[in-house]
Amino acid sequence: MELFTNQVLAGIATGAIYACMALAVVMIYQAIDHLNFAQGEMAMFSTFISWQLMQWGLPYWVAFVVTLAFSFAGGIAIERVLFKPLAKAPILTQVAGFIALYSIINSFAGLTWDFTIKQYPTPFGSSPFLGSQLISTHQAGMIGITVLLLVGLYFFFQYTRVGLAMRAAAAVPESARLVGINTSWMIALGWGMAAAIGSIAGMLIAPVVFLEPNMMGGVLIYGFAAAVLGGLTSPFGAVLGGFLVGVFENLAGTYIPHVGNEMKLPIALALIISVLVIKPAGLFGRNIVKRV
Amino acid sequence: MSAIEDIASQAPAVEAVPKRAMTLSSGTSLVVVLLLLIVPLFVKNFIIFQMTMLLIYGLAVLALNILTGGSGQFSLGNSAFYAVGAYTSAILMEQYNVNYALTLPVAGVICFGFGFLFGQPALRLSGVYLALATFALATAMPQILKLGFFEPWTGGVQGLVVTKPDAPFGLPMSQDTWLYYFTLAITIAIYMFSVNLLRSRSGRAFMAIRDNEIAASAMGIDVATYKTLAFGVSAGITGVAGGLGAIAVQFVAPDSYTIVLAISLFLGMVVGGVGWLPGSFIGSAFIIFVPNIAEGISKGLSGAVFGVLLFLIIFLVPHGARQVAMVAQQVLGKVRKS
Repeated sequence: MELFTNQVLAGIATGAIYACMALAVVMIYQAIDHLNFAQGEMAMFSTFISWQLMQWGLPYWVAFVVTLAFSFAGGIAIERVLFKPLAKAPILTQVAGFIALYSIINSFAGLTWDFTIKQYPTPFGSSPFLGSQLISTHQAGMIGITVLLLVGLYFFFQYTRVGLAMRAAAAVPESARLVGINTSWMIALGWGMAAAIGSIAGMLIAPVVFLEPNMMGGVLIYGFAAAVLGGLTSPFGAVLGGFLVGVFENLAGTYIPHVGNEMKLPIALALIISVLVIKPAGLFGRNIVKRV
Repeated sequence: MSAIEDIASQAPAVEAVPKRAMTLSSGTSLVVVLLLLIVPLFVKNFIIFQMTMLLIYGLAVLALNILTGGSGQFSLGNSAFYAVGAYTSAILMEQYNVNYALTLPVAGVICFGFGFLFGQPALRLSGVYLALATFALATAMPQILKLGFFEPWTGGVQGLVVTKPDAPFGLPMSQDTWLYYFTLAITIAIYMFSVNLLRSRSGRAFMAIRDNEIAASAMGIDVATYKTLAFGVSAGITGVAGGLGAIAVQFVAPDSYTIVLAISLFLGMVVGGVGWLPGSFIGSAFIIFVPNIAEGISKGLSGAVFGVLLFLIIFLVPHGARQVAMVAQQVLGKVRKS
């Protein structure tokens, strides 16, 4: 039983990261109806920026905030320069764009910072949390920050004008434009927020998986799995999906024979495919019915 | 939400390509084939090897082109089928001493099966969802190949070494030259098969589905069957290419078949022009030579160069080499008239 509780708690902690990643994926999906395959690489790049800032002697939280601002601006810049001109292009072209972005960022990070594995500091420490043996303070910190982020986003979308405008622009762009919302900038804002949320996920997971250019590959696939499980149209679903996927992954790794660490990605693959087959809209996704 | 309502509202993933514009004229084809036959007699073994790889990747891109250009579905996971084909050939040759030529049809059939099975759930997915599922497949493939469970056959992380076949009947040819002509024969056969497939009843069904799924099903086309069929054929051809690739490179290992390979194949298709079959080989040349040039400038640069070029292409020549070829043809026509 102790093993079980342990695994569930550890699953919730990694689930927090998947939840952040899934949230970032859903932010962009809401804005442009596409999955950003470069999301993980964007997060990885932000994490490297924060690492570099700390190498230059900035304290953790200063680096954290500067990185968030950088990612936000970077996300908006990418949308303005690269993806706005492609907005009307066929899906294939857009996917090609995401793949190109993935390839550029990955290679550029490798050139700048090398492919060697780097230690990444945690602001929470790694001692046991409140004296319990179940989770470490870092894991508790991961969960805490994710919850804070969620509450913040909830208030942003429910109680601010910009949040409302973003929701309107995502739901019915034409009508939103008619009431004077600049939908094009709402999309850019979505990119910026997604990039910032992704960078939080990157900075939180980096102490666990270590820092290197390919660190987000697996995390992104889990983020996708979580987003698909929760429904690509529901931020709440994405977060719940993240926690579920984290717990599921850990339990499967512990209790199903032959499933060790090496099976983690195939599990995500199986999860994505089975959700898409059984319930394509996900647990909390809206069923969008469009006219023929 | 029914799948049909979901799909109907979306614009086609790929722009339509006229059927006749899919291939080269017979005169041009003949010249190309003659060149491919003669050139190896005059060049070094290493260049012959690169030409072999060009044909092999060309086949893999062609397979993707049939799926995307033909039926409008796209896959970021064809590297997984390539890996299955390569491993099938390698395992049959090294563990069971099967003749290399016989392993290729087996690789093709096994991959056709995998593709068909993968096409089943993929049926309900369109656009981004399909890209997502195949992306996950490509990412997971190296891990699946490393599984301890398969290790007695696959050799685990170390992979398998494959022996290069000698020329048969005592022909006075180096192994590389023989493998090149062998690959060329298979390539021509598969290319002709593909052209005929796309011009056949099935091919027209693929294209009808690509252009408008609802209209296609209203005309009585069994959308589900044809979509899975396209997936199966594409995977089958990719598998044959994978098998040839294993023989040519003489080595298979899980890390040769990562997402990078999937990206390369996708890039090759975009560069060559989606739906233009000869473009597959132009795209293949691109994905073989550009990384070499980029690595020459700086190690690790190839990804960035790939990405930048891909952006340039989708911004400047969205139809890839097909567009360039058509413009060139028009210019030539004008020059001749004046």
